[in-house]
Amino acid sequence: MKKNGFSVIGKPLPRIDGPAKCAGDTRYADDMVLPRMLFSRLLRSPHPHALVHGVSAKRALELPGVHAVITGADVPTKFGIMPSTQDEEALAVDKVRYVGDPVAAVAAVSEDAAEEALGLIEVDYQVLDPILSIEGALAAEDHRIHTWNRHANIQKAVSFEFGDVDAGFAEADEVFEGTYFFQGNTHLPMEQYCALASYTPDGKLTLWSSTQTPHYVHRALSRVLGLPMGHIRVVATPVGGGFGGKSDPFSHEIAVAKLAMITGRPVKITLNREESFYVHRGRHPVKMWMRTGVKRDGTLTGMWFRSFLDGGGYSSYGLATVYYTGALQTVTYELPAYKFEGVRVFTNKPPCGPKRGHGTPQPRFAMEVQLDEIAEKLGLDPVEMRLKQVVAPDSVTVNGLRVSTIGLRECIEKVAERSGWKDKHRALPDGHGIGFAASSYISGAGLPIYWNDMPHSGVQLRADRGGGVTVFCGSTDIGQGSDSILAFAVAEELGLQPEDVRVVTADTDLTPVDLGSYSSRVTVMTGNAAIQACGNLKERLFEVASEVLEVPADDLEMEEGHVRSRSLPDLGLAFAECVERAETRFGTLGATGSYRPPRHPGDYKGAGVGPTPSYSYSAAVVELHCDADTGEIRIDKVWIAHDCGRAFNPLWVEGQVEGSVYMALGEVLMEEQIFRKSGVHKIPSILEYKSPTTLETPPIETILVETDDPEGPFGAKEAGQGPLLPVIPAVSNAVYDAVGVRIHEIPITPDKILRALDQRLKDPTVPDFAFPAPIRWAPGQGVEVPQKS
Amino acid sequence: MSTSETITGKRLMRLRVNGEPHEVAGHVTHSLLEVLREEMALTGTKHGCELGECGTCTVLVDGEPVYSCLMLAVEAEGREITTVEGLALQGRPHPLQRAFSDLGAAQCGYCIPGILLAAKALLDKQPNPARADIEEALSGNLCRCTGYTKIIEAVEQAVREVQVQEGTRA
Repeated sequence: MKKNGFSVIGKPLPRIDGPAKCAGDTRYADDMVLPRMLFSRLLRSPHPHALVHGVSAKRALELPGVHAVITGADVPTKFGIMPSTQDEEALAVDKVRYVGDPVAAVAAVSEDAAEEALGLIEVDYQVLDPILSIEGALAAEDHRIHTWNRHANIQKAVSFEFGDVDAGFAEADEVFEGTYFFQGNTHLPMEQYCALASYTPDGKLTLWSSTQTPHYVHRALSRVLGLPMGHIRVVATPVGGGFGGKSDPFSHEIAVAKLAMITGRPVKITLNREESFYVHRGRHPVKMWMRTGVKRDGTLTGMWFRSFLDGGGYSSYGLATVYYTGALQTVTYELPAYKFEGVRVFTNKPPCGPKRGHGTPQPRFAMEVQLDEIAEKLGLDPVEMRLKQVVAPDSVTVNGLRVSTIGLRECIEKVAERSGWKDKHRALPDGHGIGFAASSYISGAGLPIYWNDMPHSGVQLRADRGGGVTVFCGSTDIGQGSDSILAFAVAEELGLQPEDVRVVTADTDLTPVDLGSYSSRVTVMTGNAAIQACGNLKERLFEVASEVLEVPADDLEMEEGHVRSRSLPDLGLAFAECVERAETRFGTLGATGSYRPPRHPGDYKGAGVGPTPSYSYSAAVVELHCDADTGEIRIDKVWIAHDCGRAFNPLWVEGQVEGSVYMALGEVLMEEQIFRKSGVHKIPSILEYKSPTTLETPPIETILVETDDPEGPFGAKEAGQGPLLPVIPAVSNAVYDAVGVRIHEIPITPDKILRALDQRLKDPTVPDFAFPAPIRWAPGQGVEVPQKS
Repeated sequence: MSTSETITGKRLMRLRVNGEPHEVAGHVTHSLLEVLREEMALTGTKHGCELGECGTCTVLVDGEPVYSCLMLAVEAEGREITTVEGLALQGRPHPLQRAFSDLGAAQCGYCIPGILLAAKALLDKQPNPARADIEEALSGNLCRCTGYTKIIEAVEQAVREVQVQEGTRA
């Protein structure tokens, strides 16, 4: 039966990949074995910063079972995810920039032999002083980690002023300032990185890899190996957790491809857990400074935000990350004037990149904590203060971002009501507190990573004479359920059951390009492309059915395995029969669909980061106990409301929301990537890098708010990243409610609570830095763009 | 116990896995995890750290949950080993498998085989566990996707299903 006009959308039906995953039948990368397969290991630098004068593999090559050793000279072409910052080498050519930077790769008959060979490779290092802090990077003007960038160790510095910020502060009754620090952390997917390459006698290369972005890996392999893209096939295997950590092209992928080409045998590599802590591309450590002007009633008059990102040894996604730390402050509450300055520096630590929320959890933490402090000082309820200034639907923000639907008000009201906020806030006994925060995230980046006007997502459909349908799409299921999204979207459109739809994804030989599983883009973009493909297929099916049933084509619909007349529901043609007749008439049946996000009004340089088809919204209330003697925090419960547009499948959306809340709790309470002065990771193991178990994860009450966004497939927005954002500041605000101390640092560990209670915890410092002159822009200057809503 | 040496330094081991006897050549220094995956192609058992920290490689040995990365394969000789491949009964998924699939408890799915076995060990001993018992039993298995919420709900649903099947549910 259809619910809300849908047959499978909006219902809590199981995913298509559940049975195989629960049977242990899903083949992840490391489960693959090919005949004659060799095993690879990478030799990694023990130094954080050193010149490499030479690498000798002579002794390693003499070891029985070793088939090849490659070094930087074998793969010297630079690569990187962002076209303008291609600063990585698969194996160091003449310099290493963090402990763990790969220097050589071995292929041998077993992992043990490969590991033994690593110990026989001799590297002539000239050790250089490492740079390990943001301040150190900015101060070391004559001591560079890279030479391609313009200013010493600055990868990117940006500056914007939207509206008149001075006027905004002049108009304010009160101006608040604060400094904040968000320590870096890592994705910690349960599956380690793994890749398998095969080079066949026809000169074709295949790489199977646990990657979120097979299309970008495809491009990087072609560039570095000098093979045409048409001779390379990249297959993303089912990914055992990504969270952003498997979104870059990686050294180990290029190394096994090259080793397969040299040896003529398949080569597999699986990184161990310690390596995964170094390779990671996780959350950037960010220092922040923020000034906010408000009227006495809490109305925002202006905001000035500065971010300082510790990028690690390479650029990775950092160019996007620095913009993201300043982009989304404007889409939650009305803000008439906003200034943003951000800088990302290189340091001799593992490079940082995108982790769930990419560059936005850090500023959202600072902003929502500062708003809580403002409400406190003005004697306002922090929930009421925010409700008064929620951004209007169908509006353009001061930095040129177009908001379509916005369910933020309902999110805030729902979590406040369900948690009993009014009765609990500032009313709970000592040591027991409640905190609130809200946030927003993108449903897919508005622009691709490399500039082009092609679709962001493509779908092909093949209709089977037996009544089945196969959908082909480059999208990559990293556990978020994107394969199931395709099956359900196609089933809904064609009136089939999801189990009648076969899904082929993430294979560059077979599937049209989808840019990858990042920026919460997949449901919106592949969903829309799938709907378009179905529409094209339906045109042909309806043309045939219209003649057979003798009703006009616009009276036809597809339901319950039939093409049926809407006005005379007894008149129908089975889907399989309709396919046969259409194939008889038109020849082989197939259809395609494409999706590109709508344009946004912002037309200034840098306006490409922030736009999206639709913004999701979240609000969270956290209740906790904090022990003033031990500093220990115990989370009692989290209430989270998320505006997901329409719940494409409420079960899957809840799963994404619950996982986001859990990951946020790990970040706010315990997870951190920390390094010794030698550049060595202090805690590179799952035992030492604490993350929440079942015992630390509290009950989570999820409330789905539906806004039916016109840009989304069936009205859907993202759900996989946004709900992480409000939980972190809500915990900080709840700690204040419980024990009266403001912690401006993430993670909020017991030692920080105790030092704060002793008034020994200092606010974070931010460096002095002369940002470039701002790019100025104000609403009304942008381009007119037609939208669906 | 066989002691035949091979040219690769492997030794013949007798392992009883999922109710079937196997003779398999493996290194005496290799873990049960390695021998299951690499010598027996039972890749349903996953690995996340190979240091006994994450629980991903959990199997049952004589009904007890064991991190198979910490046990040598030779230590498991003569004992009853259960892996995720052995959970289904005559092609029918175990109630835990069905509940995990139906409730969306498997997202990326990588930790799920280990969690299913840890949960089975609990239910075999304690057919009607409280939520706190489930949390305790699964506290040695990390999952990064789900926040454990749907996993715990799925165990509870499987408990109900087994009770209905056995007619013990009130």
